[in-house]
Amino acid sequence: MSTDVMSSHHAAGHDHEHDHDSGGNTVFGFWLYLMTDCVLFACVFATYAVLVNHTAGGPSGKEIFELPYVLGETFLLLISSCTYGFSMLAAHRGSKSQALGWLGATFLLGAGFIGMEINEFHHLIVEGFGPDRSAFLSSFFTLVGMHGLHVTAGLVWMLVLMAQIKTRGLTPQNNTRLMCLSLFWHFLDIVWICVFTIVYLMGVAA
Amino acid sequence: MSHASTDAGAGHGSYSAYAIGFVLSVILTVIPFGMVMSGDFSRQTALVTMLTMGVVQVVVHLVCFLHMNTASEGRWNLLAFLFTVLIIIMLVGLAIWIMVNADMLMMPWMFK
Repeated sequence: MSTDVMSSHHAAGHDHEHDHDSGGNTVFGFWLYLMTDCVLFACVFATYAVLVNHTAGGPSGKEIFELPYVLGETFLLLISSCTYGFSMLAAHRGSKSQALGWLGATFLLGAGFIGMEINEFHHLIVEGFGPDRSAFLSSFFTLVGMHGLHVTAGLVWMLVLMAQIKTRGLTPQNNTRLMCLSLFWHFLDIVWICVFTIVYLMGVAA
Repeated sequence: MSHASTDAGAGHGSYSAYAIGFVLSVILTVIPFGMVMSGDFSRQTALVTMLTMGVVQVVVHLVCFLHMNTASEGRWNLLAFLFTVLIIIMLVGLAIWIMVNADMLMMPWMFK
């Protein structure tokens, strides 16, 4: 007991080291949240895998997916991952304007991705292939839509963070927030790789 | 020093890490895409290739974009991640195993 108090006192001894610990703990805590989000996505992927052949006389993935269009979405998200990385590097150098510029580019690319996805959904629903058509389409819209909602949440967060950086600068708190959103954004790109491979590529190849 | 210490818990990377990650991701995306679009390959070959490349690309992203490594400050991140991978494999694998078997028993005509 007394050893614990001693060691935590020691860790907090320096203001500086204290900052280090709380920022690191925040990022690690956010990482743990992402791991639980992974499990959530895994549940929806499992649901999709179970229901993918239950087309109820409706179309299969092969008939409705337009791979070149989806490849475009994939590249938008991939490039946005890189621009976010450049924003992190700019923030690391302490260049506020460059960090904001790259964040803005990331936002536009992410918004482009969401726009393309909404257009794809709209197209499918107009053709009568909405989520109510078959179990396959229900699970498809759930899986891809959930990823889209995550990206939308990331975009809102990005706007708020840009406003915070603009008004308060690259403070330690803002750098921690930037780091958390970076993990979130790269994580969503990883989930999209799984969506692209399992839903679109395998759907068309099968 | 002050920069290095503000974000323990995950690393920074560099331009080269992002460039390598980007180029590898493009290659690993375009190859299975080309295979499916051309339709010259058997279903088996295409499925194995795209799943392999998907897994490799996830690892590329983890290393190049999320800067995951075995360094001591990243060890808990890695441990949490590996545990999650275990959970995901069991969750997805067992769900598919159980439900495909249930389908086979209840709707055998779908598998003929």
